[in-house]
Formats: sequence, structure tokens, C-alpha cells
Amino acid sequence: MSATTLPLSFTTNPSPARWLRFDPDRTVHVAVGKVEIGQGIVTALAQIAAEELDVTLDAIRILSGDTDAAPDEGSTTSSLSIEVGGTSLRLIAAEVRARMLDRLAQRLNCAPGDITVTDGAFFRGTEPTGQDYWSLAPEVDLARAADGGATPKPVAAYRIVGQSVPRRDLPAKLGAGAFIHDMVRPDLLHARILRQPSRGARLAALDEAAIRRAAGGEIRIVRRGNFVAFLSADETIAQRAGAAAPAHARWENLRALTPAQQEAAWLIGQPADDRVIGDPLPAAAGEVVEARYSRPYIAHASIAPSCALAESRGGHLSVWSHTQGVYPLRNGLAKVLARPVETISVHHAQGAGCYGHNGADDAALDAALIAQEVPDHCIRVQWRREEEFGYEPLGSAMAITLRAVVNAEGLPIDWTAEVWSGSHVQRPAMGGNMLAHEALEVPAPDPRPTDPTEAAGGGGTRNAIPHYEIPARRVLHHLVPGAPVRTSALRGLGAVANVFALEGFMDELAARAGADPVAYRLSLLANRPRAAAVIARAGAMAGWAGRGPGGSGRGLGIGFAQYKNRSAYAAVVAEVEVDQEVRLKRVWCAADAGLVVNPDGARNQLEGGILQAASFALKEQITFDATGVSSVDWASYPILRFTEVPEIACELIEAKEERSLGVGECTLGPTAAAIGNAVAHALGARIRDMPLTRERIAAVLLGG
Amino acid sequence: MSITLHVNGRAALVAADPTTPLLDVLRNTLDLKGSRYGCGLEQCGSCMVLVDGEPVYACSREVGTVAGKRIETVESLADHPLRQAFLDEQAGQCGYCLSGILISAKALLDRTPRPTRAQIVAALDKHLCRCGTQSRIIRAVERAGAHMAEGASR
Ligand code: FES
Ligand code: FES
Repeated sequence: MSATTLPLSFTTNPSPARWLRFDPDRTVHVAVGKVEIGQGIVTALAQIAAEELDVTLDAIRILSGDTDAAPDEGSTTSSLSIEVGGTSLRLIAAEVRARMLDRLAQRLNCAPGDITVTDGAFFRGTEPTGQDYWSLAPEVDLARAADGGATPKPVAAYRIVGQSVPRRDLPAKLGAGAFIHDMVRPDLLHARILRQPSRGARLAALDEAAIRRAAGGEIRIVRRGNFVAFLSADETIAQRAGAAAPAHARWENLRALTPAQQEAAWLIGQPADDRVIGDPLPAAAGEVVEARYSRPYIAHASIAPSCALAESRGGHLSVWSHTQGVYPLRNGLAKVLARPVETISVHHAQGAGCYGHNGADDAALDAALIAQEVPDHCIRVQWRREEEFGYEPLGSAMAITLRAVVNAEGLPIDWTAEVWSGSHVQRPAMGGNMLAHEALEVPAPDPRPTDPTEAAGGGGTRNAIPHYEIPARRVLHHLVPGAPVRTSALRGLGAVANVFALEGFMDELAARAGADPVAYRLSLLANRPRAAAVIARAGAMAGWAGRGPGGSGRGLGIGFAQYKNRSAYAAVVAEVEVDQEVRLKRVWCAADAGLVVNPDGARNQLEGGILQAASFALKEQITFDATGVSSVDWASYPILRFTEVPEIACELIEAKEERSLGVGECTLGPTAAAIGNAVAHALGARIRDMPLTRERIAAVLLGG
Repeated sequence: MSITLHVNGRAALVAADPTTPLLDVLRNTLDLKGSRYGCGLEQCGSCMVLVDGEPVYACSREVGTVAGKRIETVESLADHPLRQAFLDEQAGQCGYCLSGILISAKALLDRTPRPTRAQIVAALDKHLCRCGTQSRIIRAVERAGAHMAEGASR
């Protein structure tokens, strides 16, 4: 691999000693910066290390996410953990193996190529050498930086990578103690927070006596500016204080929200940063077809509320967090707390699935702030459910107008996607604030909402450019910095809404041309064989050829995307029945993710993406009222339930020789689109706004 | 106030305000961390335990009301066929929802040894899974049911 193509995790941490160590109990200690967020990454990385070293999978012990003891790999995002983290680990392990073989070859006076490795032991031909990684390790310098020159194993020789292996973290999760929520440390105090309702709000009065009465036991109140925490060694008492507090606080300078702002359409016409990406204007001349699609604000809605532990002892601050990135969080904490990074350690501990930037980092700052005020205790902050819904960063609403110029055959020759959206990444390292920072005596400066660059896959523009062969394609992006709520990365970012829109519009164009949706798509993919293959495969799985006419109440729809136009390919077919509401019956998916490290793990991710997207498409919308976010529990923010789950079939298309592509996000857009298209097929009329609710169905049925 | 609880076949005397949520007593007093907090609102099922064989939300159930009753938590399922079935099906992503789901599945299998898919989803409908692992979970419960029926007929 040339230096220019070396992955970031490798170039930032080129010393193999940072990653690998051979421990006396014949295990290999592997430290990685990517963290487990329910996606099975720790298992896949163990497979990669075991493969490259030729040790057994059981010999690998993984430590992930730790500023004291693991490499800095930034954040665990964008389905890049296998692409970047996995590739880096492979190169490091290959380097370690090569150094070991070099050393042994020197000793034995043979060529490194004469030595083979089995279960960590070295053989010369078939003769045991009596040496293994562990015996040789003291003689080999692993600290010296690697240059990426070591050649990893050929794919054809793989015996662990490419096999379905069980998730390492699952057994513990079927019992007790797997989560950060379960951690117990000495001198533990439970904390609950009174949240500042909006940026700039001032706490004018707090009836502490009433809160103490409601707590029903002794509490300690910690206050920093407009940040207030209630502490007790008894969690029940802390929880009661936290639950009672909002009713006993009077705030000034509140920013009220209105129900109109909860709709994507509100974004249109707001002040915005405008850009044109792709082929320049003007658009080609010809017949123009246009439609507008939208998605509302949605929540990560992690099943567990955010949690963090922090303790300040002897001038050092230790923080445990289910953050996606321990190093970025440490930098953020150092900035807010105005202390050197060396005085802070951040350790990853598992939370529930986060699906992007949720309240994890905010809870970590909560705990750290309190720990500074109350040293020599372990402060355990846990958010309340209402707090999680009310204050986590949301997935931005998006309005998307699509405009195609079509030729005589009804095929698009020019495509414009005009996108209005709030920011899709306001992580603390990228212009955003951690919540409590805005409540301090010297509050954080106003956030500077930006979006990921196009090189990083874009935010609101993600997948707005169709993968189809269309002579001219562009995005007019309106990034609205004044979105009414804090927005940030949520699984798929803009791709979910953009693919829902573009694939819905493809069906509209196909219908206009009198073409079958699958055949129409394939005609625009003549030179994109991997895309065409997943579409054809998903169609075959679903029995697309037998798809009946529209308007029967039963519908079959397809959706396709190559995630970020550069990652995994996925095509999804959905079958629905629609009367007053949508019943999702079956879903078929074909995906091409290149070399798949753990096929069953990948299928698990594909399935999870499908069901989460089904939930987005059919049910989810954050609502606002004057007090802020008003959908603050599972009753007002319903998600897909067991009785609504369709039958799912997923297939991975073999592409072992292609590089590995992350699968965590590739099915979301295609699934939302497939459902939208299936509903349109069932109804004979199209709903262009997510979610596809009973009210919207009634409206199209009445509107005819 | 002292309350006697029968948890997973053992008696425990705990000192607690009788209005304390059962979940807090299980997790913090008895150090049984398998039952999890998700919402405290009877809406997600993360906290589900069995009281005299019936699934109940431990997040809202006051500990004073379960004195003397038989309480079972996920910790009691270490050797239950459900556990192996969930591993065999790799039925989990983040896994946070699983301990509550195992409890409702156990109650279902106790009553209905070979449940149909419709019976399974009905029994689990109180439970939310945000990761979208439901289809694997359904398969795992089917598998455990089949396994138990096999064992019984042998
Ligand atoms: S925590 Fe009890 S139902 Fe959610
Ligand atoms: S596996 Fe994550 S919530 Fe169910």
C-alpha cells in the first residue's frame, strides 16, 4: 500500500506496540480505538487480528476505546470501522508477523519465507522450531513505527475472516453487568440533572426545599451557573429529585418552539448557507419533472438513557462513557473544563445502541462537571427518559425538491436535487457544544453548524446525487444554521431522506415512461455492474416478475443505493398491505459489501438497518410545543413493535476480492424508499412525506 | 422498613422504603444488574421480571407490593434453553433490551411450550428493541420452544 492510501487510524498510530502485545498467558492483547456500539465491531476486529497473525480467535483479547491504553482512532462513525480501523489493524498485524519472522529467520539462518505459523507457533517446513510469538516477543521491537510495507495475507488464504463467528459481547448481554449502567465503583453517588430548557435560558428561581421534600431523603445539590445536579448515594432518591425538579424551577429568557417548526417545510426560506455541488447550472433544456419529498426530525431514541461515570482523585479526572470516540471526548472535556488533556482519562464502556451522536458525550460532561465539584467520589449520571428524548441531538428534518429533465424515451438527462436541512454533524469536535457547557457561568459560544465535507460523504447532501448514469447531476444544498433544535449525526445522515426521495422519484419517472421500476433502473446502470447485480438479485428474491398492477391495496416496491456513493451497495424490496394504515409484510435485501469479515454479523446489521428504517418510514416524528420537544416518551414517539415486524430475507453477494465496505447504514435509505414505493404501488397514489401515517394515507385516499 | 423478598429461589431481607421501585432494589440493593432501566414508564420492557410467574415492569412496581412473592430475574435463566437459543441465533445487537425480553419469553414458554410466531410477537409486544433485532429474537424463541419440546418428548 502506498503511503497516500494508508488508512488514517494507521498513519495516526504507526507504532505496532500501540496496538498489539503478547501476554504471558498466550493471549494477544489488541487495543483498538473503534468501539462496540452494538454493531459487532470487536468481534470482527478480533477475526482480522487472528487471521493476520495466524493465532486462534480465542487467543485474541480486545481492549477498545481508552485514552490511556488504546490508539486514537477518532470516532466510531459512518460505517468506517471495518474500512479504516479494520484495514489499519490488518496492516499492523501483518507488520508484527513480518518482524517476528525476520527475527526468527535470522536466528535459524533461513529465509522468512521458509517459516510458517500455526496457532501462533512457528514451523520451518513441517518441523516445529520450538518458538512462538510469545517466546520471541522479548527480542522483537514493536515500538518502531511501521510504514505499511508489510504485505497482508492474500484473501484466498483466509480461514477466519469471511466466516460467521459468534459475537463476543453477546453472552454477557444475556445476563448482568455488560453495560456502563451496571458499573459500580467506590464512593458512588448517583446524580440527576436539571436541564437548561434552551440555550441562553436563565434559572431565575429554584425551590430547593420542594425538591428535597420530593426526593424523600437527603440530597446534595451542585450548581454551576444554569447547570444543577442532585446527588445521593441512593439512586431512588436522586431520581425522585431529578424528576421533581423541572416543576420547581423558574426559567427566564426561554426560547419557545412552535408546532410549525417541527415540519421540514419550515426550513424552506430560512437563512441558509447555499452551495452547488456537482455539475454546474444551468440544467439541460427539455421537459422538466419535479416533486418535493420530506422527512421530519427524528430521534436516536436509544433504548437506554445516556449514562456516564466520572471521578476526580488526586488531581486526575477519570471518565467512563459510551461515547463514539474517547479521544475527541477527552479533547472536548479538556476545553470546557480548561485543564490539560493529560489530566483526563476517558474509558469506553458499552451503552445501548446509539445510531450516531446521541446524549453520550453530554452525559460525560455532566458527570465530569460534578466530579470536579465533588472530588473523591465516583459520580454516576443517568439521564431520565424524558431528558433523553427532550435533549439528545436530533436527526435533522429535510425537504428535498427533485427536478429531472427527461428525454424522448422518458429517461433523465439532467438531475437536480435541492436540499434544505439543518446540520448533520454537530459533534463537539465539529462546531457543536456539549449541552452542559451552554449552561455554565461562561456559556459556550453559539454553535457553528456545519456539515461533513463531500470527501467525507456529505451530510444533508449524502446520497443526494443519484448513482444512476445521468449525464448531468447536481445538488443545491441549503444548510440552515438556525434549525430550531440541536441536530447531529443519526445513522445514515442525509442519505435516508435523500434515497427515500430519489428512489421514489425514480419510480415516478418510470411510471411516466410506462416502464417497470426495476427495468427502468437497470437501464440507467449499464456500466455499474455491482449496483445492477444487487437490484436484480433483490428483485429475484422477491418474485418481482409477478408484481401485480397498482392500486390493489397490496404493493411491492424497490429501493436502491450505494451508501455515500462509495460504500456498500444495497437493494431492498418491500411488500405492504395498505388499508387505513400500512402493514409491512415482507422485506428482501441483497447487498454487496466487498470482503465481509463476519457474514452473520453483517446480516445482523443489514436486518437492523431495515427494521430501524421501517420504523422511521412508518412511524417516527419528533413534535414540538412551546416548552420544546414534546414527544418525550415512547407513547408520544412510537417506534416499530414486535407485532409490526415483517419477515426479512437478506443475502450478501460474494465479492471477496473487493475491499471491505461497512454495512451499518447501507440498508436504511433503500428500505425507506422501498416502503414508500410499495405504498404508492398499493394505493395507486404517492405519499412523499415521511412518516407514512394513517392521516397521510387518509389524505391521499380522500384526495384521490 | 424490612421487607422479605424471594428472588431467584433465595430469600433476602432488605431494608427499603416500600414505595421504592422494585428495579432499584434488585439492581442497587441486591446487586442483580440483569434487569435494566429504560424508561421508568412501563413503556419499553427493559426492566421486566416475573412475579409469581407473571411478567411485571420492575421500574414501576413498588417493592412493598411484592413482599413474600416469588420474583425471577434474568439471572435465574443462566441454564435455560432460551439462553443457548439466543446465542445460536445470534439474537442481539446492542443487547440492552434482551434481559427483559428473555423474561417475557420464559413466561410464554412456561405456558405455551411450542408457541407460534403470532403468539411470540404478541407476548413480546410490550418490549421495544431499537436496534431492530426482532426477527432474530422471534427465531430464537421459536428455537428454544422446539428444543424444549424435543427434550420433553424424549
Ligand atoms: S424501564 Fe420499565 S418499562 Fe421501561
Ligand atoms: S438489541 Fe439493541 S435494543 Fe434490542
